[in-house]
Amino acid sequence: MTDFYLIVKNMTRKPLRLFLTCFAIFIAFLIFGAVTTLKGALDSGIDLAADDRLVVVNRINFTNPLPISYYRKVAAMEGVRNVTHMNWFGGYYQDPTQQLVTMAVEPESYLRVYDEVVIEPEQRSAWLQDRQGALIGEKLAKIHGWKIGDRIPISSSIFSHRDGGHTWDFVVSGIFTGENEQYDTGYLVFHYKYFMETQTFGGDTIGWLTLTTEDPSLNEAVAKRIDESFANSQYETDTSTEKAFNKAFIEQIGNIGLIIFGVVFMAFFTILVVVGNTMALAIRERTGEIAVLKTLGFSSARIFRMVLSESLLVALIGGLAGLAAAWFLIEGAKAAMARFLPNLVMGGDTVLQAIGFMLLLGLITGLLPAINALRLNIVTAFNRG
Amino acid sequence: MSEDVLFQLNGVSKHFVRGKEEISIFDNLDMSIERGDFLAIMGPSGSGKTTLLNMLGGVDQPSGGEIHFDGSRVDNLRESELTRWRAHNIGFIFQFYNLMPMLNAARNVELPLLLTKLSRAQRRVSVETALALVGLNDRARHMPNQLSGGQQQRVAIARAIVSDPNLILCDEPTGDLDRKTADEILEMLQLLNREHGKTIVMVTHDPEAARYAKRTVHLDKGRFEQREVAA
Repeated sequence: MTDFYLIVKNMTRKPLRLFLTCFAIFIAFLIFGAVTTLKGALDSGIDLAADDRLVVVNRINFTNPLPISYYRKVAAMEGVRNVTHMNWFGGYYQDPTQQLVTMAVEPESYLRVYDEVVIEPEQRSAWLQDRQGALIGEKLAKIHGWKIGDRIPISSSIFSHRDGGHTWDFVVSGIFTGENEQYDTGYLVFHYKYFMETQTFGGDTIGWLTLTTEDPSLNEAVAKRIDESFANSQYETDTSTEKAFNKAFIEQIGNIGLIIFGVVFMAFFTILVVVGNTMALAIRERTGEIAVLKTLGFSSARIFRMVLSESLLVALIGGLAGLAAAWFLIEGAKAAMARFLPNLVMGGDTVLQAIGFMLLLGLITGLLPAINALRLNIVTAFNRG
Repeated sequence: MSEDVLFQLNGVSKHFVRGKEEISIFDNLDMSIERGDFLAIMGPSGSGKTTLLNMLGGVDQPSGGEIHFDGSRVDNLRESELTRWRAHNIGFIFQFYNLMPMLNAARNVELPLLLTKLSRAQRRVSVETALALVGLNDRARHMPNQLSGGQQQRVAIARAIVSDPNLILCDEPTGDLDRKTADEILEMLQLLNREHGKTIVMVTHDPEAARYAKRTVHLDKGRFEQREVAA
């Protein structure tokens, strides 16, 4: 028999209470694991954004278009290295629920601005030459089993084709990867000219411009210059860094950070009260036994450690189970969400953070009962009965 | 102090403060207990029997006076020192057995050995010996709630003697038992005293129980009323 054996025996003496306490902690860490991973996946686009890349959108809203003439005007501005333009296509494959991140782009400038896109030279050349060609990311190709040369019908939930339908036929010209593993390859780009020739409305407009500057230190000046040059026009612009743009895009659905903080805080506060109360009750019930242990010669410090260890163990059992459940949940949802959240992975930092919170929870909930056990007077405890 | 004296109490007093009132349990109490003694302390409720036992066991400290154990003063030890001293020298037997309900008989007996440096194998041998001495080897795996009151008290006795202490302190050890079982327990204490040389101090209300002791002292209103040697 060891102290650990005593701790486990004490902990498991009321299995239903232990189960309910662990279950409460389990739920808290399931929420924490899932929500933090979700936030990580949403933020990954922000983290991967290049420092020297700026995005120019319509000042009213980024869903409002800009004139194509802005492309040439911005390209001629001082401090701008490369610029490209893009249109959101609102694509889906076969079923409207199978949405794809699909954009119409100016191919050559696109590859200059997004120089982290890695593509075989012959595929690059094939795409640039084939107006109906599509460049697809490796992840997207794997999901649908698409190969070079495949003809793929992609429909739009926004635009109509001149033939009366909503579907465009593309030929897979190239499959790209990223220069690092984190780069999102879950999207498709195709020729802007092909798009303009075949769609029924919105001609000669672009969705937004993306540009690189000569140096990140010029970002602010270039952004100011662009916005000032189009001020008081019919299409005023709002230029920001790609990071800020991605962040704003994500926060369309609300301040994710604040929502997560709120959910996690509420869950933890509730669990703290529940577990703290349960631990206090459990130790209070054992007052007589603690007095006996002290009488037998167990030191107060040793009993303090045992009570605190029990609380930590409860927090770790419930917390690790919750975190494991969150991992399974995320792994299960990964395939379904791969198009929108390609980096949906529970990272090591989330696991470490969660373990930190488990230890903190165990310490906070166990500290008061442990101090009470430490201070317990044997005579008073026996008199209490 | 004679070498045979295990405990020596000199002018020991105990006072409690309740509100503005100071309550004296006893004043200037002198007492000595020799090695191998079996002493019964009797007295009415509130006479201070258990308080005296608690002070002998180092779980309560006197308001004044000195307590010497085996030639060393123990009333002025710090709590941590007293805890160690208790673990090495004293075995406790309580009225309501005070076994750990989540541990079986053998594990309950093993508890004091966790405070020693004995190996697991040595501990197992000690536990088996102690349980054999109280006739409960066949109940080693039983939980306390599977044992009768008498059996639980025998487990408590095994727990008190497993670390081979010099002194066993018993607080109403038969107070919760029927006469027949009480006699069995008292015979066992007598055996430990006579055959194994354990010094025993027992607090009891029961004159029948006191008869098993070598001598009895009566505590009343903070002083020893009379001394007698048991038959």
